[in-house]
Amino acid sequence: MSGMSETPYTVELDLRGLLCPLPVIRTQDVIIELKSGDTVRVLASDPGTAYDIPAWVRVHGHELIGWEDQGDELWFSIRVVDGD
Amino acid sequence: MDHRRKAVALISGGLDSMLAARIVMDAGIHVEGINFFTGFCVEGHTHAIRKQDKDRAKRNNALWVAEQLGIKLHIIDVIDEYKQVVLNPEHGYGAHMNPCLDCKVFMVGRAQQWADDNGFDFIITGEVMGQRPKSQLKALMPLIARESGAQDRLLRPLSGKHLPETLPEREGWISREQLLGFHGRNRKPQIALAKSLGFEDWAQPSGGCCFLTDESYSAKLKDLFEARNDRDYELDDVMLLKMGRHLRPRPNFKVIISREDGENRYLSGYRRRYLKLEPSSHGGPVALIDGEVSEDDLQLAARLVARYSQGKHTNEVTIALQKLDGTYRDLTVVPLQASEVPDEWYV
Repeated sequence: MSGMSETPYTVELDLRGLLCPLPVIRTQDVIIELKSGDTVRVLASDPGTAYDIPAWVRVHGHELIGWEDQGDELWFSIRVVDGD
Repeated sequence: MDHRRKAVALISGGLDSMLAARIVMDAGIHVEGINFFTGFCVEGHTHAIRKQDKDRAKRNNALWVAEQLGIKLHIIDVIDEYKQVVLNPEHGYGAHMNPCLDCKVFMVGRAQQWADDNGFDFIITGEVMGQRPKSQLKALMPLIARESGAQDRLLRPLSGKHLPETLPEREGWISREQLLGFHGRNRKPQIALAKSLGFEDWAQPSGGCCFLTDESYSAKLKDLFEARNDRDYELDDVMLLKMGRHLRPRPNFKVIISREDGENRYLSGYRRRYLKLEPSSHGGPVALIDGEVSEDDLQLAARLVARYSQGKHTNEVTIALQKLDGTYRDLTVVPLQASEVPDEWYV
């Protein structure tokens, strides 16, 4: 995890190599500490995240700004809603 | 401000916990879900890794249930805490390495802790009296409430009519009439209820993803403890026990041999932790060696891997040994014949 100042994201998470549900848990544990409007970019490699991360975002009422499946890697951009 | 009472539901991803949560939601109570990741309920992992599972849904069933119910789901990593449950279950194991009663006590207790930390009033489980041989016997259900510390804050809506009154009933948050009287192993009532509530899909069967109830998996776990002379494990151990063929030719080491491309990639990820073998002269599987090995052990392991390569009927197969520092060394060996691989080697 890094909070690189040159990126537009509040937090960037590199979760490559982790298998579901760990990418969801790590994303959840970071978002729970953020405030509404903050953004998170998640990089993952488990194909299962293609379902799990958007589903977690939906059930918690956050906003999936974008995502892409690039084959071996997937990325997700999430905007925190209501500081959950 | 929302003054509704709040309940946290243990969501396994199966039908029973989905129905239990829904019954309480229908009583006007705010419900959120909780799901514990122990490392042993890992359907999604194998789906992601193995090609033969590619057609199966990769969804996380607990998240899917939460979406059907329209509730939040909190997934909690309890891998380390759960070790005590697996290694030293106070109430013993079931048929295999499954500590079902201790597991239930642990999960309800952990949910109680979460409820206290987050201002929730009570806990919901999908337990059905008499459905499971150990953890859901009528005589043992009060034990779970007592030993978990949840006491009368544990509500089992599917069997509530058969059980002592709980706090939510006494306080009038939910009435006994809203609870059900399910019991036993017959699942027709749950299926009928699901249909009447408009659910058209659910995971089958409930509770079916715990690998500790699996005979083959439990045998591998016991073998791991015996070989290391240490009853302990890490998440990687738990995962590797689900991958590939495990053969123990000698007490001091075992060989984990991939069964297909997905496992090849997965096992290759462990090349800095285990010695890795892979045929270089022929197509064949990635394999890992778990244990301390001599030169003679390495030769035997290489011959075993060659047995599973496309060169198994030839006189010579070259196996690339990748050491922990990333350097390689070739081992040229005669593949073992089928008759030289006794059944006892298979863990």
